Amino acid sequence: MSSSARDRVRTLLKTTGWLQTDIDTLGNDADLYVAGLTSHATVTLMLALEETFDVEFPDSLLRRRTFSSVDAIVEALAEIGVNTEAV
Amino acid sequence: MTDWIAAARAVGSDVAARHAEDVDRQARFPKESLAALKERKLLGILIPERDGGPGAGIADVVSVCHVLGQYCAATAMIYAMHQIQVSCIVRHGGDSSWHRAFAKRLVDEQLLLASATSEAGVGGDVRSSVCAVEEKGGRFSLAKQATVISYGADSDGILVTARRTPQSPASDQVIVVVPKSGASLEALQGWDTLGMRGTCSNGYHLKAEGEMAQVIPKSYADVSAQTMLPTSHLVWSALWLGIATDAVARARAFVRAEARKKPGVMPPGAVRLAEATSQLQLMKSNVVAALRRYEAALGSEDSLSALPFAIAMNSLKTASSQMAVQIVGQALLVAGLAAYRNDTPFSLGRHLRDAHSAALMVNNDRILANTAQLVLALRDDPELLA
Ligand SMILES: Cc1cc2nc3c(=O)[nH]c(=O)nc-3n(C[C@H](O)[C@H](O)[C@H](O)COP(=O)(O)OP(=O)(O)OC[C@H]3O[C@@H](n4cnc5c(N)ncnc54)[C@H](O)[C@@H]3O)c2cc1C
Repeated sequence: MSSSARDRVRTLLKTTGWLQTDIDTLGNDADLYVAGLTSHATVTLMLALEETFDVEFPDSLLRRRTFSSVDAIVEALAEIGVNTEAV
Repeated sequence: MTDWIAAARAVGSDVAARHAEDVDRQARFPKESLAALKERKLLGILIPERDGGPGAGIADVVSVCHVLGQYCAATAMIYAMHQIQVSCIVRHGGDSSWHRAFAKRLVDEQLLLASATSEAGVGGDVRSSVCAVEEKGGRFSLAKQATVISYGADSDGILVTARRTPQSPASDQVIVVVPKSGASLEALQGWDTLGMRGTCSNGYHLKAEGEMAQVIPKSYADVSAQTMLPTSHLVWSALWLGIATDAVARARAFVRAEARKKPGVMPPGAVRLAEATSQLQLMKSNVVAALRRYEAALGSEDSLSALPFAIAMNSLKTASSQMAVQIVGQALLVAGLAAYRNDTPFSLGRHLRDAHSAALMVNNDRILANTAQLVLALRDDPELLA
């Protein structure tokens, strides 16, 4: 693996149609809901993250805030044991 | 029984019940019951003491809806929808001076609030808006093709959902409190429906103007998940339970009259009445359990926005709406023609027609599709007494 978790999250957000704003124009702390992420898409995003990072989100992290920005997602991934630094 | 429930009982039996048939037949606003509810100060009970109200809780409002539903479902629905709007202001108006001043007016003037979430172009998808808040120098304007605004014409204010800005995506919404003085309503569509006729849920072209301070500061996504959705499903379910409760009471009265005529002979409808009674108990337990769950979650934003909570509140609505129709149907079978006729003390036509609105008031298929998405992510199955 050569890219950081942050990059991989950004790639995921770029290649799927969940946002209405191009992720490249958004910072890591930008509010993804303002960028068009819907509640529905949040669940799909979570499933995609689980697949990409081979993790499971516990119920306690399944709330809107967890997916509100790239930084928030990376923080949650770190919390469930993903090495979020570039390897 | 609290004073509020006693007052609701009095309004229900003395006023709402007396006019329910006429309200239904003419599809007219139940003005007598609403006047009685205002007179007994039941419209502002949720307002906290700091803003001049008595600070009742959600359990009180749910109980009042359950009582009113037993007499006139349209009155109960109007009361329920009003309290959903009040909850949003009380819980999310925060320390905004505009909203606190408005809350005080809700008590002092016993204002009645309506809701404009549905919109042409998005149908029942309340989490999407077409219209947007347009800001100019601290003031806003918005225009909405509102497909349904119950008692819009008789309300004193409307809570309107809209996109945060004209550039915002459909899902990035806010909710705005619009007193009637800042709104104009041009009627688009009437309300000649199967049931819930007294809610007068006409369609309107709504135009609103006012100060930006009227916009509830929190995003509508949070207001909806934490307050509007759970409160709606609770108060609706409670009044649907009220409809079912009265239907079973009518069926029971019918069976008892039969039993009196032939002492010692079990009336044929009695077994089915037992079945209906058991279903009613199930429905009631479900409402009460969901209410307790909401009360337990109230102190924590995390609990309120957690997935299992959302699933529980969605499931409450889909289950209650179906059970109401089933139970009224059972009661209809118990009392037979006496219930089918529109001119007996056992008539259930109105109950059945009103109950059928439940599944489409935010369509169950839509809610189930949403729950289906959520269960994909659900992990733990909580303990029995968790
Ligand atoms: C008594 C009553 C009072 C009301 N009062 C108000 C009010 O005061 N303010 C307000 O804003 N609204 C109000 N509404 C409207 C309500 O909130 C819903 O918007 C409305 O019931 C949905 O209308 P619909 O069936 O035309 O639209 P939709 O929900 O769009 O449903 C139409 C059909 O499409 C299907 N469908 C559409 N999308 C999906 C999906 N994603 N998944 C599954 N199925 C789907 C449904 O099964 C249904 O058959 C009221 C409704 C009732 C019955």
